[in-house]
Amino acid sequence: MQANAALEYDYSLAKKFTFLTILFGFLGMLVGTIIAAQMAFPELNYLLGEYGTFSRLRPIHTNTVVFGFTVSAIFATWFYVGQRVLKVSMAESRFLMVVGNIQFWLYFVGALLATVSLLFGISSSKEYAQYEWPFDIVVVLVWVLWGFNIMGLIGIRREKALYISVWYYLACFLGIAMLYLFNNMAIPTYFATEGLGSIVHSVSMYSGTNDALVQWWYGHNAVAFGFTVPIVGMIYYFLPKESGQAIYSYKLSLLSFWGLMFVYLWAGSHHLLWSTVPDWMQTMGSAFSIVLILPSWGSAINMLLTMKGEWNQVTENPLIKFMVLASTFYMLSTIEGPIQAIKSVNAIAHFTDWIPGHVHDGVLGWVVFMVMASIFHMAPRMFKREIYSRKLMEMQFWLQTTAVVLYFTSMWIAGITQGMMWRAVDEYGNLMYSFIDTVTVLHPYYAIRALSGVMYLTGFIMFAYNIYKTMTAGRELSEEPQFRTPMA
Amino acid sequence: MDIRDLQGYGSFFMTIFLVVMLYGYIIHLYRSEKKGERDYEKYGRIALDDEVTSTPVEDKPASKRENEKEKK
Ligand code: HEM
Repeated sequence: MQANAALEYDYSLAKKFTFLTILFGFLGMLVGTIIAAQMAFPELNYLLGEYGTFSRLRPIHTNTVVFGFTVSAIFATWFYVGQRVLKVSMAESRFLMVVGNIQFWLYFVGALLATVSLLFGISSSKEYAQYEWPFDIVVVLVWVLWGFNIMGLIGIRREKALYISVWYYLACFLGIAMLYLFNNMAIPTYFATEGLGSIVHSVSMYSGTNDALVQWWYGHNAVAFGFTVPIVGMIYYFLPKESGQAIYSYKLSLLSFWGLMFVYLWAGSHHLLWSTVPDWMQTMGSAFSIVLILPSWGSAINMLLTMKGEWNQVTENPLIKFMVLASTFYMLSTIEGPIQAIKSVNAIAHFTDWIPGHVHDGVLGWVVFMVMASIFHMAPRMFKREIYSRKLMEMQFWLQTTAVVLYFTSMWIAGITQGMMWRAVDEYGNLMYSFIDTVTVLHPYYAIRALSGVMYLTGFIMFAYNIYKTMTAGRELSEEPQFRTPMA
Repeated sequence: MDIRDLQGYGSFFMTIFLVVMLYGYIIHLYRSEKKGERDYEKYGRIALDDEVTSTPVEDKPASKRENEKEKK
C-alpha cells in the first residue's frame, strides 16, 4: 500500500461476495420455482431422469439459498459494514486481505462442488445439513478464515466501541460454528461397518430421539443465526445509514440482542412437538418460542421507530421502502412462528404447507428484501456510480411484494385445509379423507405458489439487471454519497 | 420429593431468576446513563459518521495505537 495515498475503504471482497450473492440467489430461487411447479404439475419431475426429481432438487434449493445466497450476503455485507463501523480499511492489513481472498475462493469452489454433490444424490439426509463430511470440512475451514477476518479487523480498529451490528455478526459467527460442528458429527459408513460401507457416505453419531433433538436444535438455530441474527445486523447499519437517522434506542438494541441470544437456543424442540421427545422439553420449546416474540419485536419496533418523524422517506426513497417492508415481514413471521409453536396449533400445522408458507414470508419478505436493499445501498459506494434505474426498482418492489403475499396466503389456506382434512373423522371415528383427496383439493394453491415463484424470480432478475447496469452504465459519482443512495 | 416436584420448583425459581436478570439489565442500562457513567445512545452515531477519517465515537486509547504503529 502506498503510504501517502489517502486511506480509503477497500471494497474488493465485498464486491466479490456480492456477485456470489446474486449468482446463488438466482440459482436457488430458480430451483425453488421449479420444485414449486413440480408440486403443482407432477409430470415436471420426469424431465431430467433422476437429476430432475423433486427429491434431488429440494435439498439443492434449500442449501443453495442458505449456504450459497444468504451466507454470501453475510460475507459481502460484513466486508463492507465491518470496515465502516470499525473505521479501519481492509487495505491496512495485507494479511487480512490474503485471508479474505483465500476464504472467497475456497468458499466459491466448495459451494459449487457441494451443490453438484447434492445433484448426484450424495447426501447425509439431515435437513440443512445434507452436505457430506468432506464438504463439512470445507465449510469449517471457510468459517475459521472468516473468523480470522472478523477478529483481525476488530484487532486493528480505530473505533473502540463495537457497533451493535458487529455484535450480531460475531453472534452469527459463533452460533453457526457451534451448531454446525455438533450437528454434523458423523462417521463414514466404511468405518462403521468394517469396510463394507462407503468412505463418502456417513451416518450421524447420534441416533433416534437424540439425533432428532440435535438436528432441530441445529435446524432451528440455523434460522436464528443464519436468517435472523446477521440480517438484524444488516438492518441496524443500513437503515440508519440510508435514512440519516440514528437507531431510535441503542439501549433497546442491546437488550434485544441479549434476549435473542438467550432465548433462541431453547426453542428448537418446537420442531418436535407430539414426537417421542420428553414432554417437558416440548413444553419448554413452546414456552421459549412465545417468549421469543419479545426480543424479535424489540428489534423490529426499534427499526420502525428509527423512522419516526421521517416517514415521508418511505414514499421518497424506494430503498427505505424495501427495508421498512423487510422489518414488517420480520414482525409477521416472528408472530406466526410462536403461534405455530403452541401445541394445539402445531397439531394442525405440523407436516402441512403452512410451514413452508411461514418459512417463505420470513425469507422472501425479510431476508431477501433486506439483502437486496443492502446491495442497493452498497452498489453506488462500491462501484462509484449511481443506481441505474429507480423505476425498475419500484416495479421490482411491487412485483415481489405481490409474489410474497401470493406465496404465503396460498400456503396458509393449503396448510390449514390439509391439517383439517387429515384429522377429520366421521361419527364412528373413521378418517373421512384419504391422502390423495387432500392433494386434489390443494392443486390450485400449489399452482398459485408456482406463479408467485415465477414472479419473485422475475423480480430478482430485475434486481440483478439493475445492479449489472449500475456497474457498467450508471452515471459516475464524483464523491461517495453520505446517506441517501443516489438513483436515476 | 419426586422428580415432578423438583421440576416444578426448578422451573419456578428459574423463571424468577430470569425475570430478575432481565429487569436488572434494563435498570443497569438506564442507571449508568443517569449517573453519567455511560452514554449508550451516542453509539448510534457510529453508523452515521463512518468515514475512515471520521473521529471515532470512542477512541481506542492513543497509547495502544501508537504501540501498533511502532510495531509496523
Ligand atoms: C422464488 C422463490 C422461491 C420459491 C418459489 C421457493 C419454493 C420452495 C418450495 C416449493 C419448497 C418446498 C416446500 C415443500 O417441501 O413442501 C421450499 C422449501 C424451502 N425454501 Fe424456498 N423458495 C423460494 C425462495 C427461497 C429463499 C430465498 C429461501 C431462503 C433464503 C428459501 C428457503 C427455503 C427453506 C428453508 C425451505 C425448507 C422449508 C421446510 O422444510 O419447511 N426459499 N421453497
